[in-house]
Amino acid sequence: MTRYVLQRLFGMLTVMFTVVTIVFVIVRVAPGDPAAVMLGPDATPADIEVLRVRLGLDQPLPIQYVYFLAQLARGDLGHSIFLDMPVASALLDRAEPTFFLTIFAILIASAIALPVGIMSAYKRGSFFDQAVTTLTMLAASIPSFWLGLILIQVFAVRFGWFPVAGYGGPDASFLTRMSHLVLPAVALGVVSSALITRFTRASMLDVLNDDYVRTARSKGMGEFRVIMKHAFKNALIPVLTVIGLTAALLVSGAVVTETVFSLPGVGNLVVSAVLRRDYPVIQGALLVIAAIYVLINFGIDLLYLMIDPRVRY
Amino acid sequence: MAMSTPNADNHPDALADDIVLRAEDLRTHFIMGTRTAKSVDGVTLTVRRGQTLAVVGESGSGKSVTSLSIMRLLSHPGRIVGGRLLYRMRDGGVVDLATLSDKRMRAIRGKEIAMIFQEPMTSLNPLYTVGDQIMEMIRLHEPISRHEARIRARRMLELVEIPAPDKRLDQYPHEMSGGMRQRVMIALALACNPALLIADEPTTALDVTIQAQILDLMRRLQREIGMSILFVTHNLGVVAEIAHEVAVMYAGRVVEQAPVHDLFARPRHPYTKGLLACIPDAKRDRAEDGTRKMLNPIPGSVPSVLALPAGCAYAPRCPLAEAHCESVPPDLLNASPEHLTRCWRHELL
Repeated sequence: MTRYVLQRLFGMLTVMFTVVTIVFVIVRVAPGDPAAVMLGPDATPADIEVLRVRLGLDQPLPIQYVYFLAQLARGDLGHSIFLDMPVASALLDRAEPTFFLTIFAILIASAIALPVGIMSAYKRGSFFDQAVTTLTMLAASIPSFWLGLILIQVFAVRFGWFPVAGYGGPDASFLTRMSHLVLPAVALGVVSSALITRFTRASMLDVLNDDYVRTARSKGMGEFRVIMKHAFKNALIPVLTVIGLTAALLVSGAVVTETVFSLPGVGNLVVSAVLRRDYPVIQGALLVIAAIYVLINFGIDLLYLMIDPRVRY
Repeated sequence: MAMSTPNADNHPDALADDIVLRAEDLRTHFIMGTRTAKSVDGVTLTVRRGQTLAVVGESGSGKSVTSLSIMRLLSHPGRIVGGRLLYRMRDGGVVDLATLSDKRMRAIRGKEIAMIFQEPMTSLNPLYTVGDQIMEMIRLHEPISRHEARIRARRMLELVEIPAPDKRLDQYPHEMSGGMRQRVMIALALACNPALLIADEPTTALDVTIQAQILDLMRRLQREIGMSILFVTHNLGVVAEIAHEVAVMYAGRVVEQAPVHDLFARPRHPYTKGLLACIPDAKRDRAEDGTRKMLNPIPGSVPSVLALPAGCAYAPRCPLAEAHCESVPPDLLNASPEHLTRCWRHELL
């Protein structure tokens, strides 16, 4: 078990190291001198040279790479040109809405997908199952920003139940801030639920015919318990993987939704950084999102360990 | 007349005292759109108290579907479409399992009738310990604490001769061999002291030495506990080892039921006779000059359950068949008081 965890940790480090290297290379290989891009068209060659030295861009690439790694090792993601603040603090300032948005979206998606997927598999071929198949297809093809706009139109503008956009301003209470996340979380959750529903259904279909499910029934157990305790727990393993991947995708994919709902999240920060060519921010955000991906996957691997006694390398 | 009321819940007159289970003209069909697979089409058999009835037949003869019908564990689209499954409860009451409500059926599964399956490798849930799975069974049917259930589960493991039961209780199925898992399945099945154990090819997936051990174990447990066993198998060697009575199935029907000695000594159905002739026998199959004789397979093949012949299903392969056999399905006839056969011409055998 310890070995399994160590192996996963080592795998994580390998992935992160690869990501760091790729980010480093992309920024250096991308056309245009970052210093010139950052300073804009009006900069003098002397100004550019000063910035190049300040950023260490005059050094040979291997030296730059070592500096870059050393900087990251200290937890320093660089300094934003435009915001004139450390990239790490800029990201941290914007982390809250993205974090909660992702959590809520995953909770909503799972709350829809798991029961519907289980029921759909259990009642395979029924009207319910066919309706679910059609609806998941529909939900999967809806862009979340479009659903977001519709939700704003109906629940914010017409009924006024939720705020239209934004994050409530600097003095908003936690509850007010969270109320701004309801509609975007629903938009993301509904769209994400489609994939998870399909996976849950397929995975349940796989296990429902397994021998141990028949054994459970032969003990005289009620159907609900057979399905939840014996079948679903076995079906959960592949489903967890999909939930984890969806969560990771939401972190990076929330960009559009955050824009629609004017949420000051990480996605929004990245979009403005791209528009302003704020390279350190883009680079930092890339690394943080990659790290979140890897961490979520690590978390899923640990969950496997808790659920399945056979996972012990 | 209570006996003939089709859906009556209690059938006090319908079973003789020494009979635990009696299937009467059981029909289990799989209806797939316009096609119907008549997997079980008129099975009549009797399991006596404290005895083992072996149900023998080839693959597809309906023996597994019969046992799943008794447990009402048929998977979609299988359904009992006719007949009765009279079962005598431990309190003496007689119920028809074919028409019992799901709720009452659940109270019978595990407690009155338990089942073990062919595949010990996959019949236990990989995510729970062996102890948990046995304790779950006990606690489903009896209001006892986890602690008491654990003591019972441990005793069950001892009963099926599993060494180091305390350690084994906390192990997962994947930490055990196939033979060990089948012992666990038997412990699980017997945990609530059922009156009838249905064993669906419990030794088929095991190698021969383990198979012999499991058969020994089942025989010993039957002697000690006194339960009845319905033992499904395709192996006539196993039948000779374990059965008191034998029911031979062919194309969804029991074609012959008799005490094991009668059946082996004088089969009264040409199919049974053909099956017995298929068993290789080192002495019999060696001719005078020492050369080996060929095996004697039954010519032809089993009819499809999707299109059964109008008359006797065995007629196309039967050396004794005549025109009457091909048009009229034979009744279950008494060749002797204890020997039943579905053959019009059994007297010729």
